[in-house]
Amino acid sequence: MVLQSILFYYFAIVIIASAALAVSRRNPVYAVIFLLPCLLHIAGLWVLLGAEFLAAIQIIIYTGAIMVLYLFVIFILDLASFRTKRIFHNQRPLAIAAGLALILQLLVLTMVATFPGPFGPAQEVVSGGNTQAVGGVLYTEFLFPFELASLVLLVAIFGAVVLARRETEETPS
Amino acid sequence: MITLTHYLVLASILFLIGIMGVLLRRNIIMILLSIELMLNAVNINLVAFSHYLQNLTGQVFVFFVMTVAAAEAAIGLAILVVLFRNRETVDVDEINLMKW
Repeated sequence: MVLQSILFYYFAIVIIASAALAVSRRNPVYAVIFLLPCLLHIAGLWVLLGAEFLAAIQIIIYTGAIMVLYLFVIFILDLASFRTKRIFHNQRPLAIAAGLALILQLLVLTMVATFPGPFGPAQEVVSGGNTQAVGGVLYTEFLFPFELASLVLLVAIFGAVVLARRETEETPS
Repeated sequence: MITLTHYLVLASILFLIGIMGVLLRRNIIMILLSIELMLNAVNINLVAFSHYLQNLTGQVFVFFVMTVAAAEAAIGLAILVVLFRNRETVDVDEINLMKW
């Protein structure tokens, strides 16, 4: 229990600190690099919550694929040397006021609300490990959304290729 | 003892950082990264609820959120590449063609 608390606070502090550092960097390369510890520690948090499958997916998909995609785009377009005149918008006071109002609402709501505690046997206990349990639910109850997800990815692949393709002159054959 | 509220507060703060990034930054790539942060905050919430309510549906939902996030990143970055090729800028203040 004590170890769990220590781990939670360690993960929480690193997540918040690296996220704050990431969104405030001027150079997008540093921002992506600072986002990596944030995402990795979120994966750690999920191990703490018993979601090992999602933690592995988080590391493979998010830090392994999506962040590398961002880095590729930044390097290919040489965005690291692109400088906006100022980092932040003119709407700063308004945005900060709206953000503070939102966080106040969220914190008050989460503090006040009472949630029912754990009930029933954990599905993992019934059917083996976490990965097996998630797979069992995914391929039975959520089979149709799962197939739709593959369609979303297919469309995304085609969309990305069609959008980013350079128009080339047709060579007459 | 770590309760569900701890996770919810952590996710709220992370979501706020993401919102601040979207509202305050002028660089499109930073806005896309902030959207990823916000998605991750929601994912933390979903996994925490899934753990404390002993229901795996939340974890399946995170799986789908990640799928959509990957698609969004691919399409968003493709649009960014085309935009940078045509306009030579990633500053959202200079991309105002469709602003009333």
